Amino acid sequence: MRIVEKTQLMSAPEIDRTLQRLAHEIVEKTGGTKHLALIGIVRRGVPLAQRIAQAMRGIDGVEVPVGTLDITLYRDDLSKVAPQAVLRSSDIPFGVDDMDLVLVDDVLYTGRTIRAAMNGIFDLGRPKRVSLCVLIERGHREMPIEAQFIGRSVQTSDSEIIEVRLREIDKEERVVLVDRVE
Amino acid sequence: MTQRFRDLLALEPLSADELTFLLDQSKPFQEIQRHPLKKLATLRGKTVALAFFENSTRTRISFGTAASRLGADTMNLQAEASSLKKGESLLDTVHTLDAMKPDCLVMRHASSGAADFVAQHLEIPVINAGDGTHEHPSQGLLDALTIRDRLGTIENLNVTILGDLQHSRVARSNIHLLGKFGCKFTLCGPAMWVPPELEKIGAPGVSIRRVFRIEEALEGADVVLVLRVQTERQYEPSISAEDYVLGYQLNSERLRRAKPNALVLHPGPMNRGNEITPEVADGPQSCVLEQVTNGIAVRMALLFLLISGPPEEGAHPLAEALPAKNRRSTDQKDPSHAAR
Repeated sequence: MRIVEKTQLMSAPEIDRTLQRLAHEIVEKTGGTKHLALIGIVRRGVPLAQRIAQAMRGIDGVEVPVGTLDITLYRDDLSKVAPQAVLRSSDIPFGVDDMDLVLVDDVLYTGRTIRAAMNGIFDLGRPKRVSLCVLIERGHREMPIEAQFIGRSVQTSDSEIIEVRLREIDKEERVVLVDRVE
Repeated sequence: MTQRFRDLLALEPLSADELTFLLDQSKPFQEIQRHPLKKLATLRGKTVALAFFENSTRTRISFGTAASRLGADTMNLQAEASSLKKGESLLDTVHTLDAMKPDCLVMRHASSGAADFVAQHLEIPVINAGDGTHEHPSQGLLDALTIRDRLGTIENLNVTILGDLQHSRVARSNIHLLGKFGCKFTLCGPAMWVPPELEKIGAPGVSIRRVFRIEEALEGADVVLVLRVQTERQYEPSISAEDYVLGYQLNSERLRRAKPNALVLHPGPMNRGNEITPEVADGPQSCVLEQVTNGIAVRMALLFLLISGPPEEGAHPLAEALPAKNRRSTDQKDPSHAAR
């Protein structure tokens, strides 16, 4: 089986503009940044959350706290097929009680990651509201989970994979649609 | 299939990279100790068998707590209550436990090599929680984690170990771990507890020297590991308590010979006023309670690693990042999708 690149979905400037728009949308819909905090899901949700927080600084001059969450310990499939998973640190340096939390991830697909992330969050306390912000939404949900803030929705088939490549992790910056072919 | 961590029997065969990996994996579990809700469901439905063929309170409670905080159940076997007293062999006992289908066996035994022997006969992962005078790997890991947290590094430190070295599996696990990071060891205690062959237990190149004056042994130390006088492992007449205090007790005056920020570690249980004075045990340099807290994090990491799933074929758990072609977004990594 080979993996072939089918098309580029977003360029670096497009990613940047989209994150700017998402920052505006979040501030607008939340009605202020007082109790707002972002939680990036390890790994690519983390740089995205940091960039959105930076964009918010430009809007309001406000510092929105950013946490990181590794969902590995909350997965529902560890015992079945997971390899010896490498854990990364979660770091949520603020109390989540009564906060307006926005989970940030790169791609929303089955929804299982978000289910796991919510379990992780609720071990820390009781936020007032939890919403979800993703760069790409691609359908094929297996959980009753939707995103409130979406960078771009893409129609995909099951065999396709969306790769979000970010300069902080991948040394390049673009979103591509790849396919598995026999 | 490459199985990097099938069991954890000893630290001696592990590389510096593998040891660093295990320490790094303990970090997320240290964070969980600070959560208001400390219980995870990660290993829900799994069972950890705790077989302590030798008395233990803190290690057994620590492994038991680690298992329950991961959501696993435990089955307990303790020496007094077990059929060992009725003449059953070790192998029969562990086969009986194994027939109750646990997912992991944590065992302590008075004989060196017992955990290794059992691991050869069982399919499930085995964690050595102390075997005779051989090793106590989870203690070595939690000591290193405590040192790394306080000093920022475990490299090239001067480590002084005081007390009954001869019978100490804790000392051996510490030497095997810290020795891989360039630490130098000074062993000090009554001569019969610090035999010359101890100088050769490290890997080639590891500096281990014996010193019989405690003042000299503490000179320039970054870390002082105080061992308990293990009356249960001594079969010959030994030193009187008074003489031990006089010659080898760690008190604050002697500790001043070490570096000003030197750490004091003790695996417990402590005999205050014997091998250590209360002012040192409760002083700012003492890490005794951090060691206990870190013990749970290290043991959670070990149980998680060994029970959560078989190692991926060909993949090394140390791989910092998968090659780009295997890399998918977090959501897409979900194997329930990949398996379809």
